Amino acid sequence: MVGLVIVSHSPKIAEGIRDLALQMTPAGIPLALVGGLSTGELGTNPEQVLEAINQVYSDDGVLILFDLGSAFMSAETAVEFLPEDKQERIYISGAALVEGAITAAVEISLGKPLEEINQSLESLNVGKIG
Amino acid sequence: MTLLSRKKGEHGLKLSTSDILEIVRDIGKVIEDNKQYLTELDAAIGDADHGINMARGFRAVSQKLEGMRSEDIGEILKAVGMTLVSNVGGASGPLYGTAFIRAASAVQGKSSAGLDDFVSMLDAAIEGIKSRGKAELEDKTMLDALIPAVAALREAEAEGMSLVAAFARAKEAANTGMLHTKDIVARKGRASYLGERSFGHQDPGATSSYLMLASIHESLQELRR
Ligand SMILES: Nc1ncnc2c1ncn2[C@@H]1O[C@H](COP(=O)(O)OP(=O)(O)OP(=O)(O)O)[C@@H](O)[C@H]1O
Ligand SMILES: [Mg+2]
Repeated sequence: MVGLVIVSHSPKIAEGIRDLALQMTPAGIPLALVGGLSTGELGTNPEQVLEAINQVYSDDGVLILFDLGSAFMSAETAVEFLPEDKQERIYISGAALVEGAITAAVEISLGKPLEEINQSLESLNVGKIG
Repeated sequence: MTLLSRKKGEHGLKLSTSDILEIVRDIGKVIEDNKQYLTELDAAIGDADHGINMARGFRAVSQKLEGMRSEDIGEILKAVGMTLVSNVGGASGPLYGTAFIRAASAVQGKSSAGLDDFVSMLDAAIEGIKSRGKAELEDKTMLDALIPAVAALREAEAEGMSLVAAFARAKEAANTGMLHTKDIVARKGRASYLGERSFGHQDPGATSSYLMLASIHESLQELRR
């Protein structure tokens, strides 16, 4: 199963999204949350994203969804710290976070491959990347 | 503080690894002193955390460098970058972190650095920031201070100026670029959500970049004494 990483500035956003996604996928999926800084403040940092990726990583790959601003930069930086063969199996999607997370969670639970899930998320792309 | 080749005179001025450590520590002090100011600037057009983020990052850097012994400037700058990446907690973390990490590769294995090395380091740093944040000149970011500063530094090098004099020029250019961020509208970062309302406000990241360059200039003057 593909792993899903949610990166948000806020722990409440990350937890809320997890709750929504779990309603749709009661059997659970490999999901890791990065919500805010370990100091309790709002923000993101690459180190925490890296830990989250490693928690849910398998050869099936990992999909990362993020809220805004530095969340994307932190995700990209984290991916660069991984060995190259792993990097290839990690996609960062610019999809709207809530809708993207629900869509991804459902498709992950159906056992779809990373490329296909990433493709379905394209229609939810809100242009956060680039 | 010792200058590796003080005898060589102004133009051949080269900094040792301990000079570089001193310069980074000085930057940390300047950031700490301006924590409030940077946060106030960010409160006007962002989320009021730039000073807090930067101070958190550089406090971690100071701790990391404490007692660090290295004869490789690249190794020192890489440690600075990695520490910023893990500790800042905002956009400036991956941006400045990547900048220092890229600057490190420009001087990897070198135990001394002159003006030409500073030009290479800063060039690499800017490329790092651009590729990380996808911003350009006039987007109202740190790049609006850094890009003109490095252009000035390169010009000064071509004119055969000393390291200190070159940094005086770079600092001036950074200051002008920083002030110019008041006259433009943000296209990247938090401030871009404000659109036109970001006009008239100075960008916090451009300000921290100016402060770092001004601090380097100050440290170089100290080192020359
Ligand atoms: N894409 C970018 N490219 C270059 N510089 C940027 C970019 N985004 C933001 N910045 C710079 O970062 C500064 C803000 O840094 P700060 O530490 O406050 O991060 P932040 O905007 O609060 O991060 P976050 O995205 O987590 O809210 C801005 O003033 C700007 O100079
Ligand atoms: Mg901020």
